[in-house]
Amino acid sequence: MLESLFSTPKICQFKATSSFVTPHTPLSLNRQGTTGMEVGQMQRRLVEFTKSLFMEGFLDGQFLQLQQLQDESNPDFVVEVVSLFFQDSEKLLNDLTLALEQQNVDFKRVDAHVHQLKGSSSSIGAQRVKNACVVFRNFCEEQNLEGCMRCLQQVKQEFYLVKNKFETLFTLEQQLVAAGGSIPTMEITSF
Amino acid sequence: MSTSQALSVTSLKGEVTALVVDDDKVSQVIHHHLLNILGIENHVVGNGKEAVEIHLSGKKFNLILMDRDMPVMNGIEATKKLRDMGIRSTIAGVSSHSVSQERQAFIEAGLDDYHEKPLSVAKLLSVVSKIMHKA
Repeated sequence: MLESLFSTPKICQFKATSSFVTPHTPLSLNRQGTTGMEVGQMQRRLVEFTKSLFMEGFLDGQFLQLQQLQDESNPDFVVEVVSLFFQDSEKLLNDLTLALEQQNVDFKRVDAHVHQLKGSSSSIGAQRVKNACVVFRNFCEEQNLEGCMRCLQQVKQEFYLVKNKFETLFTLEQQLVAAGGSIPTMEITSF
Repeated sequence: MSTSQALSVTSLKGEVTALVVDDDKVSQVIHHHLLNILGIENHVVGNGKEAVEIHLSGKKFNLILMDRDMPVMNGIEATKKLRDMGIRSTIAGVSSHSVSQERQAFIEAGLDDYHEKPLSVAKLLSVVSKIMHKA
């Protein structure tokens, strides 16, 4: 008997663990010329920003899975996968736009593209993009052109929104690392 | 502790080999990396036809992660073909279809296991543990 082990963690609380900022010497300068306090502030800002992305539904638990796969031997894994997603998806969105502009719209083809976008967005945890795709597929099934056009706009909007959020996230991480800090691990403390 | 450190206790280096069959590059990269972290040597192909061809070339794998929707030859066709060829590897279907009939059709093609996308460390570990018990 085969079972589906699909699980959606409901994110309620977050805990960020960071043990590399020493609170006892806040005024001593490290090699990079930043104080322990500044690094601490940067970490807090990163944690707060990351938390907000989950709270606002931009990201879901799958993103945490991705972060777990990043380590010293693959330090840029998350950035690489997310960048790959944006590259591929940009092309998909162009294909979708073209497909919906045809005289006779091939809804099966449109649906196939949306299905692919839904899959890849869900594999990086881009929840709002994925949800927009789910709605889009319903209109494809109905062969509702107007509905599909509206959905495409919605998907594009969510896509660019989350792209922006990721750019900010990665910038904050880069700055933190450049200042001598390490990226704190996010934990889901309740499901 | 990173995932790879935590999972080093279940080191399967050299014991298990896998084939990732998926047309989505993002999924390919994630599944490839997931398997690497578990110490599972793996190969990646982009559709069912390539999966069949790599077996025709004589290669064999303990585990096949088969995506359902792919161009040229999809996961259902590829699974049927591989079973017809006498391939007894553990085939785990990976799909984003939640409708039970679609799931059933895929399972009936010859899957040993089925998981909904996206794959996680936990799901992959449960698949791998099945292989270990098979042996």
